[in-house]
Amino acid sequence: MFVAWRDMRFATGRFVLIGAVVTLITLLVGFLSGLTAGLANQNISAITGLGASSVVLAEPADGEQVSFADSTLDADAAADWAALPGVERVQELGISQTRVTADDARTSVSVFGVEQLGTDVSTASTMETPRPGTVRLSRTAADALSVVDGDTVTIAGTDLDVAGVVDDQWYSHTPVVWTSLADWRSMQTSMGAPSSGSTALAITGSPDASDVAAAEGSTGTVSKDMLSSLLAIGSFRSEIGSLLLMVAMLFGISALVIGAFFTVWTIQRAGDVAILKALGATTGRLTLDALGQALVLLVLGVGLGIGLTAALGAAAGTALPFVLSPLTTVLPGIVMILLGLVGAAFALRSILSADPLTALGGNR
Amino acid sequence: MITLTDVTLTFPDGDSRVTAVDHASLAVPAGTVAALTGPSGSGKSSVLAVAAGLIRPDSGWVEVAGVDVALLDRRASTDFRRTRLGIVFQQANLLPSLTAVEQLCALHELGGRVSRGSRATTKDRARMLLAAVGLADQGDKRPHQLSGGQRQRVNIARALMNEPQALVVDEPTSALDHERGSAIIDLILELTETSGAATLLVTHDRAHLDRMDQVLVMQDGRLSVDAQVASTPALARQA
Repeated sequence: MFVAWRDMRFATGRFVLIGAVVTLITLLVGFLSGLTAGLANQNISAITGLGASSVVLAEPADGEQVSFADSTLDADAAADWAALPGVERVQELGISQTRVTADDARTSVSVFGVEQLGTDVSTASTMETPRPGTVRLSRTAADALSVVDGDTVTIAGTDLDVAGVVDDQWYSHTPVVWTSLADWRSMQTSMGAPSSGSTALAITGSPDASDVAAAEGSTGTVSKDMLSSLLAIGSFRSEIGSLLLMVAMLFGISALVIGAFFTVWTIQRAGDVAILKALGATTGRLTLDALGQALVLLVLGVGLGIGLTAALGAAAGTALPFVLSPLTTVLPGIVMILLGLVGAAFALRSILSADPLTALGGNR
Repeated sequence: MITLTDVTLTFPDGDSRVTAVDHASLAVPAGTVAALTGPSGSGKSSVLAVAAGLIRPDSGWVEVAGVDVALLDRRASTDFRRTRLGIVFQQANLLPSLTAVEQLCALHELGGRVSRGSRATTKDRARMLLAAVGLADQGDKRPHQLSGGQRQRVNIARALMNEPQALVVDEPTSALDHERGSAIIDLILELTETSGAATLLVTHDRAHLDRMDQVLVMQDGRLSVDAQVASTPALARQA
């Protein structure tokens, strides 16, 4: 790092410039990661919060993808899955999106009607099943309606007593309200939908794959592990792909920018490198010197970028679906540093190939 | 001591090869300066490159500071240049981001493990050498803050940092006026004598040849003794 530190001090402007670029790209990646995680959370937290190991949905028609929106299960399917060896618990889920009103206030919500079946319904459940005639509201929905425990809300013409306000859970960008499955079915009937069955089954347990395949065949359903099942939420599937693509492209751009900078920088220094080699500097030490320089630049630039992301994320957290966590700040930062080093490593060709012979004569 | 014996060096030139050094032999004893002169393209720099271990000859023996340079692999050749050889470049070839003292210390830092003690010792030696070349108060200046003559003095001081047993000097006065060039030659002669190094100096400048211990002329890759200056006092002493 002997020459590297001094180069950075000497060419401060150039290194500040590229450091600022690294910082801005890190800010962009961090902000996009936080936003991606926030949007994902607003799509899936109610499903992931079920604590299930797999989700069963209706088998799609030919050429269609498995979808929560198109899934309808009859009551027999739930019983069949609950009877499967290895299944500890089945939550029947009725899911629909509608509006809930309280006096003059109204807001869009996802209604989750839930009922538990199986051998161990008392444990591992995220919340107890709401009693018929009651509803539990996510805090955002309760705030939007200005209701508290004991108030009454109306969903699809059905009056329900508020039996609790819980931390926010989201499905497809709307806050979730929890009812009993019977009430959910009643609402479906009032809206002209089938009056029995459910939308999906949340399965806890580890049945044999052969039993699962047999149950899928006999009930006309598809079992998905929790992660795969999230792709059956249409809004999540469409958003996450494009957002992750943007993050990936930003990572690629950062590697290219860092690589391009260090390529130009080392080409400019090729004469100096040839001199140092002629004088006896080893290629290994020159390589370490150059990579060390890139690492310092990346750590400083990325560190500043993460700091700015955290500050902006904290400020925007109330206005945007933004998740500020190590996963959305430190992890992208580490990836940025690694990709930046890969980019800088490409620039090492100039150092490896610098010919000390060119230091002689009037070549410089 | 620098000794080249029957050295031949060729370079590829299309489908054939061009001979840069043709069965050249020379010997430079410790504490003396041998000037190598001749027209451009005659092979002077090639001889210098061979002596510095920067290029391997096709044939012949090259012994510098007791080392058979022609047999060294790349890594050993690099270590040899760092530890036993001094190189003075035609241009000063100083790194723009380093001060004069740091120019001299750079190799110590880029050559291997560095302890705090050895770093201090190296810095002391760098300041001592800068003082020896008349730059005692210029150690903290960067190249752009120094004159051409001062830069060349830093170049020379850098070559002496590793206490070399041999010095190869590539046209050190080509970028300087006569007065400054003469001062640089004085310095090289003095440092050669005090350090006891064997110095092989390539030059176009015939004005200083009569002060050399021996003068060799390169023509089309072949070496011969310069008859015009063979009778100078210095060379007569050598004889």
